[in-house]
Amino acid sequence: MGKLLLVLRLAMKDLRRNPAEAALLLMAIASAAATLSIALALRGVTDHPYATTRAATEGPDVIAAVQTNSSAALAGLTALKHAPGVTRSSGPYVLDFPTLVVNGHQDPVLVEGRDTTPATVDQPKVTAGTWVRNGGVVVERSLADLLDLKVGERITLGTSQGGYAPGQKVVGPTFEIVGIAVSAAVQPPAISTYAHPSGFPQPGLIWATRAASERLALAMGGPFGYTLNLDLASAPSAPSFVAAHQSGELSLISWQTMATKNGDIISIEQTILLTGSSLLALLALASVALLVGGRMEQQTRRVGLLKAVGASPGIVTGILLTEQLLLSVVAATLGLVIGRFAAPFLTNPGASLLGTPGAPSLDLSAIFLVFAAAIAVAVIATFVPAVRAARTSTVVALADSPRPPRRARLSITISSRLPVPLLLGVRLASRRRRRAALSAASVAVTVGALVAVLLFREHANALESESAGGLYRFSGPGDPLWERGMDVMLVFTIALVTLALVNAILATWATVQDTRRSAAIERALGASPEQSGSAMIVAQLISSIPGAVVGVPLGVALYSAVGRHSSTSLSVVGLVGVVVAALFTVALLAAIPASASARRPVAEALQSETI
Amino acid sequence: MTTDDLIVRARGLRRDYGRDESLVRAVDGVDLDVASGETVAVMGPSGCGKSTLLHLLGGLDRPSDGELWLYGHRIERSSERALARMRRKEVGFVFQAFHLMDELTARENIELPALLAGRSPRAARRRAFELLEQVGLQDRAGHLPSALSGGQRQRVAIARALANEPLLVLADEPTGNLDSVATLEVLRLLERLHDGGQTLVIVTHDERIAATADRLISMRDGCFIDETRLTGGSRGHLGELIGLDA
Repeated sequence: MGKLLLVLRLAMKDLRRNPAEAALLLMAIASAAATLSIALALRGVTDHPYATTRAATEGPDVIAAVQTNSSAALAGLTALKHAPGVTRSSGPYVLDFPTLVVNGHQDPVLVEGRDTTPATVDQPKVTAGTWVRNGGVVVERSLADLLDLKVGERITLGTSQGGYAPGQKVVGPTFEIVGIAVSAAVQPPAISTYAHPSGFPQPGLIWATRAASERLALAMGGPFGYTLNLDLASAPSAPSFVAAHQSGELSLISWQTMATKNGDIISIEQTILLTGSSLLALLALASVALLVGGRMEQQTRRVGLLKAVGASPGIVTGILLTEQLLLSVVAATLGLVIGRFAAPFLTNPGASLLGTPGAPSLDLSAIFLVFAAAIAVAVIATFVPAVRAARTSTVVALADSPRPPRRARLSITISSRLPVPLLLGVRLASRRRRRAALSAASVAVTVGALVAVLLFREHANALESESAGGLYRFSGPGDPLWERGMDVMLVFTIALVTLALVNAILATWATVQDTRRSAAIERALGASPEQSGSAMIVAQLISSIPGAVVGVPLGVALYSAVGRHSSTSLSVVGLVGVVVAALFTVALLAAIPASASARRPVAEALQSETI
Repeated sequence: MTTDDLIVRARGLRRDYGRDESLVRAVDGVDLDVASGETVAVMGPSGCGKSTLLHLLGGLDRPSDGELWLYGHRIERSSERALARMRRKEVGFVFQAFHLMDELTARENIELPALLAGRSPRAARRRAFELLEQVGLQDRAGHLPSALSGGQRQRVAIARALANEPLLVLADEPTGNLDSVATLEVLRLLERLHDGGQTLVIVTHDERIAATADRLISMRDGCFIDETRLTGGSRGHLGELIGLDA
């Protein structure tokens, strides 16, 4: 008990002695834990979402629809109820295509007239409120999420003289939103691709009562069309049923195609989310590695000191481990809380498109994984210096520089011909190659992500100016899809840039820690504070330049892989701008610890450092 | 002797650390004149302010009060940049812990001050070889500090201090980390510098080093308490004096 208390007290004391380092380590591990939490929350969303939704809503095997109000077409559609292989059906239901006006939005939507009792096939699952009733409509959840619609709000469904363009006066009845529901039913392509000018792959869907739908149709000069849900004796044979019955006016879609359509939508979004999460995780790992690297020398000397005063290897390891465990447990908790609140924000657009019931959540296994990962990072980070120190003799561990820097003969020779800041900077950069590689990787990931985001924006702008269609057409600010896409990218850009900025500071901080003695010697030999500070910035830039250059093709590749586009390209000026801006930011951030270090009195730094 | 004839002139030099109850006066009103070519040894117990005084003289630290001239120029209010320039051109440091750059060879360590002073790599290298020869380490030019003995490291450090032909060499316990044989090597080197007219201020615990000086100053609690002129006493008879010569 006495030893345990001693270990705990020493660990707490060290944490209090280095609050800034502890905070940085906490932040880095918390970032990694939060990223992992988000990724694990995403896992629940991406697991067979369509199948889950289909099972929960009695999803149809085939949807048939006609985009006409002719009685012949309706008869053809109705006849499908008795086609060979059909076991159950619901409908035909009237489809209207009015303009939805709410919260400053004017969007075309499909309105489906439904019975107030549950249908045999396609029973939309009500996730909030109740099912349709007189004067009340139910909004499909993806649409509700996109337009931030809530139960109890009132909407207008009507027509305008100027089509669907924003700002046109819309005339029509108002309804109360009495419920929000999800459905596995996606309208056939003939209707869905026609529908939404934002490029939304299916029109927003609203369920109204049959009576309300018929009144709307009357006001709009007749129904937009009719839809029928079918269940087949053999669900896998739905594509052949569709092929057999597809005709000029009759559009059919199989559940397999609906699943693929949903999959296409979410795979892009999920790829963005998961790629972003992976990039964040990489940067967070780099942060931890830089921090641990920066503390390595201190830790080694501390272990040497503890050994010198009689601490056994077990106590030494215990102190270091306890310190890191305390940090990692706090960081994991922090990460889980951040992840819990951030995940719905990031996954909600995808979830709403999927129509999956339920929000992403972190179950016990996910919580366990996050804690295990955070503790593993901390233990691994602690284990290395502990083993190194244990292997190093106490005398060497207590020396001025227990980890001698690497000698880079070529850099030393070449740098002797350079001006002083470059001379010192080149030598600094070549002292710790692993750290330089980590900095380069961090900058490469950041520049790559920025280039990819810019390419996405460029692509979106191009589509906007061309008014082209397609799955990922952004129609412009104000459009829900545009805004959602931009929001997701903005969140990741901010997270990536923040972590990259932290890394830039950490890399210089680690260099400052590591070169405190050599920088003081250089100052004693006549290097000015400006030269010494500039050298730190030069060292940071030397490792960042290759990273920034590699980041450009990396970003283009990322954009091509995630966005599945290859036609968009940034101008050379744009690419150079990203690289220059990134390097300028690195230099600016490196200047913070560099100038602090340069201001430190030389005499103090030259004194033998005490633990 | 005028201020301009002196290499170092200090008046009422003071250096405080902390404040109020925790105030420590490391250097307390020191007056010091060091003439060109003179060797001054400063002795005293640990913590009496010797090293702090040396740091003040070399512009590594700033006095809390007092006036300090180096070669006729007031330096106590100089900018950091000016002090750096002064250290580059006019002052050479020798430290007890050597403070060599671990990743640089002996030659590269000696070249560094010359490169910092803007000399060409060729000139810096030529000067480094000259100095290596002077300190008897020409055959160790390509060795890293880790491959040198303590005495050799300190000789490299002394050579480095001389790289820019400084007006003043400040040595802080130059033999503090050395054994008897290495101490003798360094003593001989310092004596040669003295003979060559190099101005030296040496902080030391070692009476044998002090005996080689022109002047011995005793220090206690940040103040000079005694000063003895020794010129002629030891020069040429070092080995006999310290009992280390074979």
